[in-house]
Amino acid sequence: MTLKHLSIESVGVSFPTRDGTFTALRDINLTIAQGEFVAMIGHSGCGKSTLLNVIAGLVEATTGAVLLDGKVVDSPGADRAVVFQDHSLLPWLSVYDNVRLAVDKVSGKSRTRAERHTWTMHNLDLVDMAHAKDKRPHEISGGMKQRVGIARALSMEPRILLLDEPFGALDALTRATLQDKVMNIHATLKNTVVMITHDIDEAVLLGDRIIMMTNGPAATIGQDLTVGLPRPRVRLETANDPAYLTARSEVMRFLYDRFQHPKEAA
Amino acid sequence: MNKVALVSKVSLDEKRAESLMSSIDTERVRETAAPPSAAGAKVQSPPGSFASAARHLVERVGKALEGALPTAVLLAMLLGAWQLACSEPGASLPPPSKVISDTWPLIAHPFYVGNGTDQGLGWQILASLRRVAMGFGLAAVAGISLGVLIGHSKVAFRALDPMVQVLRMVPPLAWLPLSLATFHQANPSAVFVIFITAIWPIVLNTAVGVSNIPQNYRNIAKVLQLTGPEYFFKIMLPATVPYMFTGLRIGIGMSWIAIIASETLIGGVGIGFFIWDAWNSSLMSEIIIALVYVGLVGFALDRLIGAIGRLISRTAGAR
Repeated sequence: MTLKHLSIESVGVSFPTRDGTFTALRDINLTIAQGEFVAMIGHSGCGKSTLLNVIAGLVEATTGAVLLDGKVVDSPGADRAVVFQDHSLLPWLSVYDNVRLAVDKVSGKSRTRAERHTWTMHNLDLVDMAHAKDKRPHEISGGMKQRVGIARALSMEPRILLLDEPFGALDALTRATLQDKVMNIHATLKNTVVMITHDIDEAVLLGDRIIMMTNGPAATIGQDLTVGLPRPRVRLETANDPAYLTARSEVMRFLYDRFQHPKEAA
Repeated sequence: MNKVALVSKVSLDEKRAESLMSSIDTERVRETAAPPSAAGAKVQSPPGSFASAARHLVERVGKALEGALPTAVLLAMLLGAWQLACSEPGASLPPPSKVISDTWPLIAHPFYVGNGTDQGLGWQILASLRRVAMGFGLAAVAGISLGVLIGHSKVAFRALDPMVQVLRMVPPLAWLPLSLATFHQANPSAVFVIFITAIWPIVLNTAVGVSNIPQNYRNIAKVLQLTGPEYFFKIMLPATVPYMFTGLRIGIGMSWIAIIASETLIGGVGIGFFIWDAWNSSLMSEIIIALVYVGLVGFALDRLIGAIGRLISRTAGAR
């Protein structure tokens, strides 16, 4: 286990606006180990998506740097696959072709045509979407789209999987199913995951660590909590585990007491 | 967070899109602007016995007739009213019956070949269509390229948009003297007039389409590290096709209008000059029949482009 798999070193992000410089993030220092599942939580507007986009290379850090296995990353790349909140499937491509586009692009040279087909189907199988491979995105439900988005990200064999509130737009039951799915995949593939969420239970259930963000502007990491729950975690059993409850109340205290939402505090 | 991150960018994009949109708002054709996915449904026919295919056909024809019925009734009423209003001797326009009887040789022999401009109506229309095909083809290629450039690059937008906005307001015929002075010949002048008429809606709609490509698709392209050509063919083109065809459809209509007008001034074989020639000879019936043909051909052109657009939207991006 490499201790410094992903390392975020004094990252700050600010944007020029009409009223001067807006600082979204400051002094972010975070080290993530290989295979770790990190959940990031904070009130909306706290810059957690910006941080994820910095890791993805979609937003440039104004100060500091992100290092992946010791190398600076400052542009997007397939080694850091993103699952977007709104799934971002291309509507003119079938489910299969959406995944295949990523497969062709990322492993076009390393795999033969037949292998790429098998790999595409394998990843659709992982999220139980092989049956709908010929459907267009508008023909499947929101949860299914998100599963295809996950399959697409996994098919890129990323070193880090970045999930940007992937289940935020889904109903509670679908969300629970997908959370279990993501836990299973994480247990099987042992990939490093950084996930943004608004949902405390989701953060505690899925995360090895929970990074809590202070409120913006100029947000930073307020607390870094290690969840002491053994894996595999089973939703129903875990829910009454003292470690679960401790972690849960810790996050609640952070979000609702120490760092109330700016609007609620006002 | 990234909402903030994108605010400055997005608001600029939106502004750009808005200014483009407002300028073409009224010109938009809804049908082709529908997202590509909406056209995806295929007509499912039951596994094909001849009987079921025949029944299907009868049903479709029946539906088409039912749809055309109100139009047919109204048309008959209007023609009847016209017939009544113009049957008296001394009426300034001939009634429909006289139009048909006067022009029957023209209707019956569309591909008659005579001397000089004395050609069948079919040849006249084909001559006009040939000019439209050339001018519109050039406008499509140049317009889409320019539109992609304007939609993609903010610098190009700032540089070109004001010019486009001014130039597109120049009426087609106003270009004609300049065109004649430049090309010295009737035919290339007419083609140029069509080109310069059709290009603006194509440019503007393509530009709106390109600048409206959702940020998500661009992010996907970035994460996948698509190259320029890959981005163009896999993301930009399929995402923009509906917009392009809105522009092409408006463009073809405008070029058909422009060719008729410019031909009246240029002369030669062509339906536009045919109308002017008929006016000079006071052949009202010929003018009327030519107008009907012009309308029908323009309608067919519009539908043709619309159909191609739907076909491409349906298959765009599919391997």
